[in-house]
Amino acid sequence: MELTGAEIVVRCLADEGVDFVFGYPGGAVLNIYDEIFKQDKFKHVLVRHEQAAVHAADGYARSTGRVGVALVTSGPGATNAVTGIATAYMDSIPMVILTGQAPVPAIGLDSFQEVDTVGITRPCVKHNFLVKDIADLAATIKKAFYIAASGRPGPVLVDIPKDVTIYKHAYEYPKEVSLRSYNPVTKGHPGQIKKAVQLLLSAKRPMIYAGGGVVLSDASKQLIEFVKLLGAPCTNTLMGLGAYPANDPQFLGMPGMHGTYEANMAMQHCDVLIGIGARFDDRVIGNPDHFFQDEKKIIHVDIDPASISKRVKVDVPIVGGVSDVLDEMIKILKASKERPDEKAMKSWWSQVELWRSRECLKFNNSSEIIKPQYVVQTLHQVTNGEAYVTSDVGQHQMWAAQYYGFNKPRHWINSGGLGTMGFGLPSAMGVQLAHPDAQVACITGEASIQMCIQELSTCKQYHMPVKIINLNNRYLGMVRQWQEFFYGNRYAESYMDALPDFVKLAEAYGHVGMKIEKPSDVEPALKEAFSPKLKERLVFMDFITDQTENVYPMVPNGKGLSEMILL
Amino acid sequence: MRHIISLLMENEAGALSRVAGLFSARGYNIESLTVAPTEDETLSRMTIVTRGSDDVIEQIIKQLNKLVDVVKVLDLNEGDHIERELMLVKVKAAGKDREEMKRMADIFRGRIIDVTDKTYTIELTGPGSKLDAFLEALDASVILETVRTGASGIGRGDRILRI
Repeated sequence: MELTGAEIVVRCLADEGVDFVFGYPGGAVLNIYDEIFKQDKFKHVLVRHEQAAVHAADGYARSTGRVGVALVTSGPGATNAVTGIATAYMDSIPMVILTGQAPVPAIGLDSFQEVDTVGITRPCVKHNFLVKDIADLAATIKKAFYIAASGRPGPVLVDIPKDVTIYKHAYEYPKEVSLRSYNPVTKGHPGQIKKAVQLLLSAKRPMIYAGGGVVLSDASKQLIEFVKLLGAPCTNTLMGLGAYPANDPQFLGMPGMHGTYEANMAMQHCDVLIGIGARFDDRVIGNPDHFFQDEKKIIHVDIDPASISKRVKVDVPIVGGVSDVLDEMIKILKASKERPDEKAMKSWWSQVELWRSRECLKFNNSSEIIKPQYVVQTLHQVTNGEAYVTSDVGQHQMWAAQYYGFNKPRHWINSGGLGTMGFGLPSAMGVQLAHPDAQVACITGEASIQMCIQELSTCKQYHMPVKIINLNNRYLGMVRQWQEFFYGNRYAESYMDALPDFVKLAEAYGHVGMKIEKPSDVEPALKEAFSPKLKERLVFMDFITDQTENVYPMVPNGKGLSEMILL
Repeated sequence: MRHIISLLMENEAGALSRVAGLFSARGYNIESLTVAPTEDETLSRMTIVTRGSDDVIEQIIKQLNKLVDVVKVLDLNEGDHIERELMLVKVKAAGKDREEMKRMADIFRGRIIDVTDKTYTIELTGPGSKLDAFLEALDASVILETVRTGASGIGRGDRILRI
């Protein structure tokens, strides 16, 4: 039996096992929406702006490990989606984005709602396709899911002209895909793996630096075993938080620009550093020249060969999936009679503890004014550290990363690479739908939340009881901080004037609003918001926080990791 | 250092722009780029001449390999190779210059492929340096127009790039 292109699209998604599609209809995708109307295999979630559709699919993907799916129309639908796509691309999130396109004969004629979607998105997708022939439609969608989820994951876009959704063709969803030009490596080179283990065992000051790759490959269990076997200190990047439990004594916190003193000092002064699914990016290692002033051997495990030796020279590169490579390393470690040099490790740990005793995350709490760090700490207590936490971008994001203490992977959802304000609320929607009974908190600021505030409406429609923690300091906090430190206190356009009454705003959208102005009200408010009484409700908590609070420690741009500004 | 990189890629719409886009997005330089289908019509072969430090070239090769449409990449500089470029030059060839121009073309093993009473069009192949040398040997005022294809390269002997 022949199906229309629109039927094929919907059947492909169902056969792929998709349960949620986040999207927004429009002219070019009307046929697809008509078929969505007729089916019940997956649920469609109508967002209020296409950027949010992609972020929601992204939050779904990050919190489940499955491929997120977004569907938008041509032209402005596609261009609105671009920020979301770039966000997912920078953080290697598996996603398939379906976009409508002008009919094939109309392409290139500046038709209504026509843009070169494949051209616009090319630099921010793992791959993209324009399907001009219905005969290729099912196979292309299959390829898209395969490419998105395999190797180093990433968003894949499929652009579907409207006429292709009308034509008819026999339907068969391919069981497998093989692409001669795309064969991601998973197994690491055995010789290199052996060499790496040898080097780690001979280290006097080993350091384990694990990133988002550990989360993406679901290798948290292996990472914990590996760290325990080596007895070395471990740090997780912003993208890797939760991969290693924050409450374990071997965990040193996050490294980098706003990393802990102990993590940065250990990164700088170790003699053997192993990077696992992390990419030595500029926010993590600071000034590369300074980073190498203290000699160290570097082992780098990454599934993407292009990540290796991109920013730093590596001594032992291992191309392979983090999960597979860690399995192998654990096997070798267990079989080996050698153990790390006990005496050296003892002296290394006493050094690390000395750094830790600096208590770099200590802040001056106040009984007069709400400190944002205190709100995050209290959130941790109230939720037993088990909530899924999404964030936007800026100071609140760093405080969430520093003070929440993630003990499990896939619970910390933030835009690390692109740094997209507006990510927090829509990604929380994806998380909440994927985990309907879980506590989902969106830590945000009064500036970021306004970048996708329209999604409060989506939350109402689909009963998403997200708890919004708005750390409201009436400033673009991170911008203000840089202006204070590096621009002579000239606060150019960083004051958030004319803010809405967030309580009334939340209520206008049909939610619960709370305004919290006193430190003593922080805990009761959070407890109430997470109480059974409000379990089914979205609660918008507007915390009026200290306006001049800064994020410490801080490695200024261009400085070395050990050149932190401390409080 | 100058490198000549050969690659095989799926002969699909947009494949060329993925490569060109990669070079511009990451700030790599392209001296020349040539592309045409191969004997297997599903594949295109591209030759890119670029410049960069060893680190940059390593990144270029890795990033090219990462493109989903790229099937195989080879840095021809890693072994013996041959490169050739085709140039067409239109020159003034009137009066006493006419004989001299013919002689120059012969010396460089060029062929005159189009003639008018005032001009010659000369076809010349060789490594880029030879084409440069030919142009330098001519008086700039006699050159009316030049067009070059950019280098194509192939490994010597048993070095073969195919799937």
